[in-house]
Amino acid sequence: MSRPRLGTTGLVYVALLAILAAGAALAAARGQELLTTANTVDLLTRSSLLGFVAIGQTLVILCRSLDLSVGYVMALSSVVAATAMAGQPSRIWLGVAAVVVVAALIGLANGLIVTRLGVNAFITTLGMGLIIKGYLDTRYQGPAGEVPAGFQLFGYTRIGVVPLSFAVMAAVAVLAVLFLRRTRTGVHMYAVGGDAEVARMSGVRADRPLLTAHVLCSVTAGLAGLLIASRFGTGSTLVYSSGYELESIAAVVLGGTYLLGGRGGVGGTVAGVLILATLDTVFNVLGVDPFFKDVLRGAIVIAAVALYARRQIDRAATPPRFPRRPGHAAARGGGP
Amino acid sequence: MNGGPQPPLLRMSGVGKSFLGVPVLRDVDLQVRAGEVHALVGENGAGKSTLMKILAGVHRADAGTVELGGERVDFAHPVHAREAGVATVFQEFNLLPERTVAENVFLGREPRGSGTRIGVDARAMAAETERLLEDLGLSAISPHAPVRTLSVAEQQIVEVVKAMSQSARIVSMDEPTAALAGAEVELLYRLVRRLRERGVAVLYVSHRLKEIFDLSDRITVLKDGAKVATVDTPDTTGADLIRMMVGRPVSAVFPEKIAGTEAGRVRLEVTGGGNERLDGIDLQVRSGEIVGLAGLQGSGRTEIAHALFGIDRFTRGELRIDGERAVLRSPRRAVRSGVALVSEDRKTQGLALHRSVLDNGRLVLDAVAPRRSRARSGRLPGIFSSLELVARSPSQEVRFLSGGNQQKVVLAKWLATDPSVVVLDEPTRGIDVGAKHAVYTLVRRLAAEGAAIVLISSELPEVLGLADRVLVLRDGRITGELPGGASEEAVMELAVGGAP
Amino acid sequence: MTATDTPASGAAGALRRAGAALAGGGGGTVFALLVLVFAVIFAINPGFARPPSLLAFAQQAAPLVVLAVGQYLVIVSGELDLSVGSLVGAQVVVAARLIDGQEPMTLPVLALMLAFGAAVGLVNGLVTTVLKVPSIIATLGMMLVLYGAVRLWTGGAPTGALSEAFRVAGRGDAVVLPLIGGVPWAVLIAAAVGAAAVALMRSPYGRTLVAVGDNATAAAFSGARVWRVRTLAFVGSSVLATLAAVLIGGFAGVTAQVGEGLEFSAITAVVLGGVVLGGGRGAVLAAIGGALAVEALFTLFNQLYLPSTIQPTVQGVIIIAAVAYAARERSRRSPRAPAPAGGPEKSPREEV
Repeated sequence: MSRPRLGTTGLVYVALLAILAAGAALAAARGQELLTTANTVDLLTRSSLLGFVAIGQTLVILCRSLDLSVGYVMALSSVVAATAMAGQPSRIWLGVAAVVVVAALIGLANGLIVTRLGVNAFITTLGMGLIIKGYLDTRYQGPAGEVPAGFQLFGYTRIGVVPLSFAVMAAVAVLAVLFLRRTRTGVHMYAVGGDAEVARMSGVRADRPLLTAHVLCSVTAGLAGLLIASRFGTGSTLVYSSGYELESIAAVVLGGTYLLGGRGGVGGTVAGVLILATLDTVFNVLGVDPFFKDVLRGAIVIAAVALYARRQIDRAATPPRFPRRPGHAAARGGGP
Repeated sequence: MNGGPQPPLLRMSGVGKSFLGVPVLRDVDLQVRAGEVHALVGENGAGKSTLMKILAGVHRADAGTVELGGERVDFAHPVHAREAGVATVFQEFNLLPERTVAENVFLGREPRGSGTRIGVDARAMAAETERLLEDLGLSAISPHAPVRTLSVAEQQIVEVVKAMSQSARIVSMDEPTAALAGAEVELLYRLVRRLRERGVAVLYVSHRLKEIFDLSDRITVLKDGAKVATVDTPDTTGADLIRMMVGRPVSAVFPEKIAGTEAGRVRLEVTGGGNERLDGIDLQVRSGEIVGLAGLQGSGRTEIAHALFGIDRFTRGELRIDGERAVLRSPRRAVRSGVALVSEDRKTQGLALHRSVLDNGRLVLDAVAPRRSRARSGRLPGIFSSLELVARSPSQEVRFLSGGNQQKVVLAKWLATDPSVVVLDEPTRGIDVGAKHAVYTLVRRLAAEGAAIVLISSELPEVLGLADRVLVLRDGRITGELPGGASEEAVMELAVGGAP
Repeated sequence: MTATDTPASGAAGALRRAGAALAGGGGGTVFALLVLVFAVIFAINPGFARPPSLLAFAQQAAPLVVLAVGQYLVIVSGELDLSVGSLVGAQVVVAARLIDGQEPMTLPVLALMLAFGAAVGLVNGLVTTVLKVPSIIATLGMMLVLYGAVRLWTGGAPTGALSEAFRVAGRGDAVVLPLIGGVPWAVLIAAAVGAAAVALMRSPYGRTLVAVGDNATAAAFSGARVWRVRTLAFVGSSVLATLAAVLIGGFAGVTAQVGEGLEFSAITAVVLGGVVLGGGRGAVLAAIGGALAVEALFTLFNQLYLPSTIQPTVQGVIIIAAVAYAARERSRRSPRAPAPAGGPEKSPREEV
């Protein structure tokens, strides 16, 4: 079904391997080892956290939308989980259910504001993020609630070098891939993001995939919040300042999904997540200043989008009627 | 299969349609039989596309009835038309380039997997697409290929397959060969014939006489929104068709040439101009001269306008303005060289719709000559009134103006720059008679003042009535030159190409 | 320019019309809101209606006004600048470290800050227009880069100190008038920026900028260099953010958090002023009105003793409500685009 797509996704995985190899070589040159057990576990744990968010972000971006509220949803979810569980093992499922419901409602609100009120996704999710931030800052002045030891297993259990959280994230990724390929709503996400008009002319209702994507995106951000609560043992409001919204977009874009929707997939996103986590790990091993990572991350995102933008322009050209002359670039008005 | 009296599969009777009070179709009857290729011909603006869109459920007819297989239908949405067995291949494609052939074919109607309510059975989708492709003798296309990797002809085939997957009884195609290269046309021919063999009715809109005679069984000619005749293809000739297509009533009286206007020195000269869409363009326009460009849609008229204005470029040949060689890399260069373009689509290319009349009027001055903008825009009120622009005030937003007045704002913005070469691309499209007359008068005046004018229009009477000479284009090349006042038949013959 | 045709009745209508006349159409509502908020503030705390309080308010609002003008330039051209908050932070930290309390360094460092701001804007603009990266991503990336780079340079925590001369602009008084009291420099600077912006928007460049935001193709087909016009808007935004950094640094001093979230406040202000995201519509005076209204709302909450942490929530609600309101107004007021006679080229968009 998506043999050609494997091309792009495959390329991202090749890039991931190349970065891993380069990082390992750099580390070895300094007499260090990149993929020690501790480093690998750290890399995969990082990946699982960002992975949840980025999977949801992929769905939204495929629909030509955007979610800038994910960081705040994560923070809120961790607090909701920890306060609902209140340290009692018997309330674990209550906490999980509460997070899913709250996150889904936020996503629903985002989706409804976008589809029904005609507010663009940028403003909607930005506003939603600010609303949640205000609530968190006002209501909580620090860590809140307590997660029972049983739930902390979610964050700390591992099977070999694979943390449980990474396995769960991978399972969610597989579910998302199946959702995109095997359900109507999933298939229609590509249609709505690719060309809403064509979708409409084919009888696809544009609102439903978009709404679903926003709900699912918030829910996966909620899952990330659960993981945070599980690892910290408590609800942490300050997670929102960690820049997960941009980092998740970065992972999606690095994974080969078009920012303007209609093309890409979760498989690539997972590779994008792994690339970012690998870079982090490599920087840690090499002792690079953590702030340099921010600089690099910003530059990588811009470069990746610029690269994809260029490829898209090339494809948009109309077929020539007469042969091109060598050296002629299609010059359009407005360029420098 | 054809021949023998059959009840028509499609019967459109007395169909009428107006846009904003302007009638586009009047009392049109059309009958198409199963297993027939029915060509629909007519000049630009004759109403072919509108008729097709009514059939496709894109527009709704104001008057008349449509019957399909004896049952009355009235499609409110393209989806309804498709469900009833009417498939339409539009000029602009309705495909998702990033998705596979199979996904496009089944978009919106994905087969459900066994057991689940939301599941999609991808395997069944691919298999069914493959079967349909083979059925049409086109097994070279893989159902798994993303549509963007296909050629234009193959994409059209996918559109048709999409139609066939819904057991279409009638397939209508709007100029399907307009974007095709030689070998691809053959592919399309095969497809059309295969459809006919299978008893599907094909409604085929085209300008190309060769295709029409190669493919069709019957031909319906439209002129000015009304039906002229339906003829059996073997009983007619290309000359007959052209005679039926042309001769639209003149909707306006053209102002006489202003006394003292005479062709002076050469202001605009293109020799051997060519690029991806044009080839071997030789064009010379003198001061005071109006040169018309005629041709069908897609023949290269607008492409010439764009090359003269720096939107595209001539990559071959030479362009001279007032004797000096000019390389127009951008519209800005063109403006600075004294060229003005009244572009084809004023809403998307000509106006900032939420800005005021005055701001649009001085847009070019602001953009290109900011230092002189204040002084020169002082003339705008005079220009507005000379064009008889009707607006509540100079600060009214142009989106609230009528089409004709919007066009006058576009003209004013160029008049303010005193251009030496003026290119007008469809300057009277969609505007009322009074505004048309104002445009004609202005063209005459500009010529009298010594500008060189290139006039592009689909309205043949307009080009023939105003231009001193008319160049006719086909497939990106100039096929001939005619004097002003030549017959429409002569232009059409050059424009549609060889006929048997 | 004339007033809009919006039918309005009663006092609110009159206010709105007056505001619209002032703002040049479309943005009248924000001035009505501003007056309303001040009326409530005065009702709660009559003492606020005295010149010193009002001037203190204006001084506090000045940086946001300056930022809103910069953001307006970018938004009206059809783009967005998310890097201004971190640019303000970066500039303040840079100033503190370079000046390090030495008075003679003030002017050279100011010049350097301006150059740095212009360079940031140039990069934002070129990445957006030449590399065709959507401005949301380009400026978000810039935000990250600036954030990381400054902390990388200072080792995490801001060091050094601002000079007294530097801080005058942010907290000093320009003149002391009888009856009114001290008039802060910040207020005069913001007023000057506002006046300059209004003049700019009436100049050929300003008109071209709005035309580019309204219809970039038509502007390009009229000879405008769209990439250049937009890039200059980004430069303007960054230079004004630098100015805002001077005001904020002077007023509040140096912290690691300075500048955080300011881009959102500036966008809220501009959007509240009725300026349409996507470009081409809205007046700069209305954006300034939006900035004042946002600050007035924060002041109101202070007067109501609401915690300052609730401010983001208010901002979030405002920004969504303002855009939803504008979207509604547009869809209600603008007639469906009429199809050209003689056969429309594009099929009209239809709902299922």
